Amino acid sequence: MSKQRPESTDDNEPRFSGATSRRAFIGTAAAAGIATLAGCSQGESGDENGGDDGGSEGDSGGETESSQAGVSGETLTLTTTTSTYDTGLLDEIHTDFQEMYDVTVDAVALGTGAALESARNGDADVVMVHARGLEDEFMQNGYGINRRDLMFNDFVIVGPEDDPAGIEGMDSATEALTAIAEAEETFVSRGDNSGTHTKELNLWEAAGTEPGGDWYQEAGAGMGEVLNNANQQGAYTLADRGTFISQRSEIDLTILVQGPIEGGPEILSNPYGIMAVNPGVHDNANYDLAMAYIGWITSPAAQDAISEYQMNGEQLFFPEAVSEDPNFQQYVPEGWSSDSDSE
Amino acid sequence: MTPEAVAQLLPVVELPFREGYVRSIIYVSLYVSGTAVVLSTLFSIPVAIVMGFTDFPGKQFVKSIINTGMGFPSVVVGLLVLFVVSNQGPLGPLELIFTREAMIMSQFVLATPPITAISLAAITSVSDNVRDAARALGGTRLDVALVVIKEARYGIATAILAGFGRAISEVGSVLIVGGNITSASGISKTRTLTTAIQLEARQGQYDTAMLLGAVLLVLVLTVNAVVVRFGDGGAMNR
Repeated sequence: MSKQRPESTDDNEPRFSGATSRRAFIGTAAAAGIATLAGCSQGESGDENGGDDGGSEGDSGGETESSQAGVSGETLTLTTTTSTYDTGLLDEIHTDFQEMYDVTVDAVALGTGAALESARNGDADVVMVHARGLEDEFMQNGYGINRRDLMFNDFVIVGPEDDPAGIEGMDSATEALTAIAEAEETFVSRGDNSGTHTKELNLWEAAGTEPGGDWYQEAGAGMGEVLNNANQQGAYTLADRGTFISQRSEIDLTILVQGPIEGGPEILSNPYGIMAVNPGVHDNANYDLAMAYIGWITSPAAQDAISEYQMNGEQLFFPEAVSEDPNFQQYVPEGWSSDSDSE
Repeated sequence: MTPEAVAQLLPVVELPFREGYVRSIIYVSLYVSGTAVVLSTLFSIPVAIVMGFTDFPGKQFVKSIINTGMGFPSVVVGLLVLFVVSNQGPLGPLELIFTREAMIMSQFVLATPPITAISLAAITSVSDNVRDAARALGGTRLDVALVVIKEARYGIATAILAGFGRAISEVGSVLIVGGNITSASGISKTRTLTTAIQLEARQGQYDTAMLLGAVLLVLVLTVNAVVVRFGDGGAMNR
């Protein structure tokens, strides 16, 4: 697996074996140090000279307008959510894409809110997130284009096995949350403006309960950390099934309310979408490569790879990009129509 | 000691890493922190020398700014560097976001105050007798400076080590400006030991995180040992 990376993008990384390469390392470090010194001092005096960096990193956007044809050798910056990243899915499937186009994918794991924000600032080329409301807003504000439904799994409410709030087997997520709130059993919230956090807040709203008090803890952390946190405290939390499965062997929490994949309520569904950053807003965005990526990840081959990806014997994500009956609402914000006021 | 050797010391832990993963994050850690510290040193030592040899109005104020800088929270520095290198920031066109160069910038900011402050303390603590003797022997200003630096070299080495320790152990800024990126084949681009530890801890893989922590510790110990040894060699040659 690890040998498959094209060597051409790799000239900056000597291996640590033997005296020769150690010397090479020192040489590289020194040369890079000098180069960066030049870059830094000029940068700090306000002089825009990026010459030293482009060469050594083989890096993204700056090279898009060069005369070289195609996208070979370029770097795609993908901001995505911790819940996708922590399952290991992207590392597993990206190798194919990188080989196919001879490119590098830099996946940066952030919360959905932060992932969208970095794309809004033009620091990403493509975004993969799971909060349709925030995605719609992102597109309506003109930052994202060419949205596709990508895949889905679902959310589950997990908690300690002894289930002090007695929510096990409930078919209503909102009733379960209300029960937790009434019993004032500890509930750990992501509290990080992520897709899961957004979903959780929507659920509280749907339940008509205002969460608050000592039992409701905002962790401000990624899904994995929150699962650990809840595990340590014997608390409840809302988790996406993918992260929960990938971490199940490390923790004692159990699924108490199932999502729609296992017959639970539809409100717990968790669809992932992918969007390119609008090159009309950020002209440095690597749009060609972003569209190549979106094309690839919604292709039957990559969709198969997604459905084949398993952790602890369970499928984590269910592809939904390939369909005989395309859902046209996936391309535009929900509820949008050509005569509505947004365009 | 190589990471593999460290791993063999902990036979209980099954190495879940792909080939080259640990080596590449060690490389990125050393490359980023090493470069940042070299740059900081090149900047800090002259500043410390100038401040140690001259008096100017507001010197105490500059000193207290430097001392305050030793306590800069790394996340704040990371955030500031993010604003600078982000596409919307003043250095946006350089495309530095999520690169090692951006990480070097933030670690430069973090390592410079301790290196300057400790070097300055070392230089000012060199006895006036030494300066007077050097001057009496007909030394130019440069000669006097060189003598003082030679006398202060342990303190300066300590300063550089402190800067290196600050740089390689911080997680806040490199996570924000670097993005903790590896390629799909598991070769680190901007993932350092600290951000890798953070990632493993987030995923509940505490044993792996501990292992990486041990690697980091060994690395810092090794660098310290090398510098101390280097300093002793200088003492013997005197």
